[in-house]
Amino acid sequence: MTAMSTRGFARLASGAAGTNFGYLDEQTKRMIRRAILKAVAIPGYQVPFASREMPMPYGWGTGGVQVTAAVLGPADVLKVIDQGSDDTTNAVSIRQFFARTSGIATTTSTAAASVIQTRHRIPEHRLKEGQVLVYQVPIPEPLRFLEPRETETRRMHALSEYGLMHVKLYEDIARHGHIATTYAYPVQVAGRYVMDPSPTPKFDNPKMDDCPALQLFGAGRERRIYAVPPYTRVRSLEFEDHPFTVQRFDRPCALCGAADTYLDEVVTDDRGGRIFVCSDTDHCEERRAAGHRGEAA
Amino acid sequence: MALAAAALAPGFRDPVPDAQGTFRAVMEALARPGSLQRLATLPAVPEPLPPELAAIALALADHEAPLWLDVRLAAAPAVVDWLRFHSGAPVVADPASAAFALIADPAACPPLEAFARGTPDYPDRSATLVLAVAELTTAHGLILEGPGIRGRALLGAAPLPNDFAQRLERNRAGFPLGVDHLLVASGRVAGLPRTTRILGVA
Ligand SMILES: [Zn+2]
Repeated sequence: MTAMSTRGFARLASGAAGTNFGYLDEQTKRMIRRAILKAVAIPGYQVPFASREMPMPYGWGTGGVQVTAAVLGPADVLKVIDQGSDDTTNAVSIRQFFARTSGIATTTSTAAASVIQTRHRIPEHRLKEGQVLVYQVPIPEPLRFLEPRETETRRMHALSEYGLMHVKLYEDIARHGHIATTYAYPVQVAGRYVMDPSPTPKFDNPKMDDCPALQLFGAGRERRIYAVPPYTRVRSLEFEDHPFTVQRFDRPCALCGAADTYLDEVVTDDRGGRIFVCSDTDHCEERRAAGHRGEAA
Repeated sequence: MALAAAALAPGFRDPVPDAQGTFRAVMEALARPGSLQRLATLPAVPEPLPPELAAIALALADHEAPLWLDVRLAAAPAVVDWLRFHSGAPVVADPASAAFALIADPAACPPLEAFARGTPDYPDRSATLVLAVAELTTAHGLILEGPGIRGRALLGAAPLPNDFAQRLERNRAGFPLGVDHLLVASGRVAGLPRTTRILGVA
């Protein structure tokens, strides 16, 4: 992150509290809420919305923040994660922003949250009915790298013209012998729209399928909102001879011993010591609290 | 047209949380077809405007999202004035230019082709029909399947047009174009987005 982004966040964390619940004015919330409703009714389709300036730079998740602000009510409990962690500058700042502008309760526990805003990860703890997972999305258009023109990508979605998408994945196979895309791996929602799951690792793609929670996606700079309703089919694109697979880790979490979670590499000392630990810090802590131990714990 | 605010029944008692609560109920309803969601607060309304229709209009309509009223509601000037005053939304005569259609006489709901169904590039530019029914139940009725539904669900409502199930099936066959339905009764809302398949009646 650049120094400029960090300064933007300092303003966010220390700026004067707005008088509006959740920062946005009611007119803006209605506009975003209408977009959310159409996004839910047309799974995977990107609904345009008039994104507002937020007191933070675009790279910090203004789309997700606007969706969260439009959804949140006084009874909600909010969790914010960044790279799976509740404790990064980004996650802490967004959590404080909502605590300050709406006075709602916040939590780091996945199970205790009613609304979870995320960048990069889907919690390891299975989500449940009634929960809303809000993704901060930098680039919502899965076809953008194939076709820069918005009018053309809209037409391609309208005609389900997704052949080029497969060509791109196939080029991966030709070059690397396997599909090398590991982040923002495209999915098809309810058998129709191809959607970008945002910068989540493809490890998390299977969690989007048949998920009991409602998944909402907000892209601030590109002004798009899209959604996956609960219990909806989400299929990662694949080929018969090259089926979709998730990355596997050759060792368990060094702290909690979990063998089925997404791991981050952490440097432990200045002599190059490294361990692999759960990227979902809440999940890892919960497992340790329950008595699970890894080799470094 | 000059309106005396004092002559109008009030809108939401506490507009910010009431609008949020109404929106969340509608969002949950559309996200989970076959579920009934409680509309927590209903405004005091002029006759014959059902308060559930009023709550949804106040929460979601405004000058960018016009309302269309069915014959029963459009014939009541007090209703038209109240909705205009409290929502700021234009009340349009042409159903095709409405974002929300408020329908108090659901058996007489116009054919779905009368409303905006979106375009291939922008299927979101489509209407949401809000029907005030007398009965709403998940104990029996249409058998539903599709996004938002774990397995299958039931939704019964009355009165409705005789060909309501066929209308919904035609609507779904046009996906991604289409309209979306909300059914309301007794402070509850149920959603039937365009994705819901109707498998029969139980
Ligand atoms: Zn762990």
